[in-house]
Amino acid sequence: MGSETIAFYLFGAVAIGASLLVIAQRNPIYSVLLLIGSFGALSGLYVLLDAPFVAVIQIIVYAGAIMVLFLFVVMLLNAPHEDTDYDARVHPLLRPGPMRFGAFLAFVFAIELWWALARGRDTGAFPGASVTSVSTIGKSLFTDYAFPFEVTSILILVAMVGAVVLARRDHPRDRQGGA
Amino acid sequence: MTPLLIAQIVLTLFVFVMLLNSAAIMVYVERKVAALLQQRLGPYLVGPKGLLQPIADVVKLMFKEELRPRAADPLLFALAPIISATAAFAAFAVVPFGASTTFFGLLSEPLKLQVADVNVAVLVIFAIASMGVYGIVLAGWSSNSKYSLLGGLRSSAQMISYELSYGMALASVLLIGNSLSLTDLVNGQSGTWFGFIPRWFLFLQPVGFLIFLTAGVAETNRAPFDFPEAEQELVAGYHTEYSSMSFAMFFLAEYINMVTVSAVATDLYLGGWHGPLLPESLGWVWFLIKVAALLFFYVWMRWTLPRYRYDQLMAFGWKILLPLSVLNLLATAAGVLYFGL
Amino acid sequence: MVTLNHYLILSAILFSIGTAGVFVRRNLITILLSVEIMLNAVNLTFVAFGRALGSADGQIIVFFVMAVAAAEAAVGLAIVISLFRHRESLNPDSFASLKW
Repeated sequence: MGSETIAFYLFGAVAIGASLLVIAQRNPIYSVLLLIGSFGALSGLYVLLDAPFVAVIQIIVYAGAIMVLFLFVVMLLNAPHEDTDYDARVHPLLRPGPMRFGAFLAFVFAIELWWALARGRDTGAFPGASVTSVSTIGKSLFTDYAFPFEVTSILILVAMVGAVVLARRDHPRDRQGGA
Repeated sequence: MTPLLIAQIVLTLFVFVMLLNSAAIMVYVERKVAALLQQRLGPYLVGPKGLLQPIADVVKLMFKEELRPRAADPLLFALAPIISATAAFAAFAVVPFGASTTFFGLLSEPLKLQVADVNVAVLVIFAIASMGVYGIVLAGWSSNSKYSLLGGLRSSAQMISYELSYGMALASVLLIGNSLSLTDLVNGQSGTWFGFIPRWFLFLQPVGFLIFLTAGVAETNRAPFDFPEAEQELVAGYHTEYSSMSFAMFFLAEYINMVTVSAVATDLYLGGWHGPLLPESLGWVWFLIKVAALLFFYVWMRWTLPRYRYDQLMAFGWKILLPLSVLNLLATAAGVLYFGL
Repeated sequence: MVTLNHYLILSAILFSIGTAGVFVRRNLITILLSVEIMLNAVNLTFVAFGRALGSADGQIIVFFVMAVAAAEAAVGLAIVISLFRHRESLNPDSFASLKW
């Protein structure tokens, strides 16, 4: 029971537990905060996989930027607690329509994946320890993957413009009809 | 339990205690310097020259009643100052403050004067600064009061806006320093040009230094960027509803953030612990002097400059500071490419 | 000893939790959060395989996935805000009819 095994199970348990609580919470703010906790555990798992750069980027981008965006939107919309027109005490597998399908699908999915992966051949331990340095990633990113890199920057620009336009309060077309 | 491990644990505790002390010292320094700038005396009753004033402040805060508004969310209300203070302390964990030392031969191998030597230290500081935003935004939200909510949202929007310029200034230094580890960056600044100008990155990156300090002041919500907690406009912003030790934790978080930004600026631009006249093992003395100079600059700015209005603040961050930092990055890249810095 | 299979099973569990969240929850923001869980599970798979095969490509693809996730979250939340302004509700069932 090396320290790495303990760390893996600890982080894995936190990630799974936090994710389960995310989808079980009524209050959206608690969901966002629990997801941040899950991302922190995932960041720890990346460190265990000798990927410190990805671990830190996970915290900076996901936990530090995307989740702040979610939190802002939840606060500004004063997101109401989920109102339910079904009895919340009914088990998810017995609820109507898409919920029943979804819960069932996820359950089947988990079982199937577990079965498939547990039957697979034992891959053995990871090959020799090598912490990927940032310079390796940087070199690869700017030479082999230069085109996707540039396209991603255009994608982010488009997303920025789109988000600003979509969230604008006055739609120009609405103005012409009324006052 | 090798001696090195014991020394490491002692060092961690020492850094923690010293950060607490630094917050207390900053309380005194701020009030005294503010007083002298405003031509009055400041604290002088408690202890000689008022030096025991921070202790009186801490005792007062400890004895105050711990309030919680009835409509506040209890879990988040209690969690917010903890997040702020934890992020503030954690950011200092990767900052080196002296050369490796063997404590006059007591240890068999040198101990780095750093709680954790991570080879992506610069990014870790950036990441933990991003986490510090949550303490503020949760404080504003959970207090369930309009002053707190406005203050919290404005404060966090300001912090995430200035993080971009902060990161770009950092990136410019990384181009010259060729490493993400703070220890390597400091060691790249040892030695001198022409025998008397130290090889600080400040001289290679003057604009970058100014951008970094400005963004750092905005990140720590200090004047002239402290509109979100401005006394006249927003009562006390996001920490309006807090009292006693929760308020003390926000205060603590603010001062320790100041110390961390000054320490990182010292390591990145002012040569860290390298300085003339002292041997390498006493480098932390120079480090303290440089950090103290930057902290004095912080306090000086607060009591000299008028406060920015919120829209001016955001316009400055996005329309002036960010393009300037991008231009700085481009110029640095060109310089490294053509002059081989 | 932790092998690649452990990471893959963990990632599969996270992915199915995310899938369940998308279907079961009746709150637009929680649905978007479940999508983020799924993307993170995929990231974990990429990094695990990158480590097992000894190449840095896994981490580079994660970099791109994160950028795309950020863009998608931004636009998705903008749409959520726009929808909320019209119907004052975050329940996807209230947007079931085609009439605006």
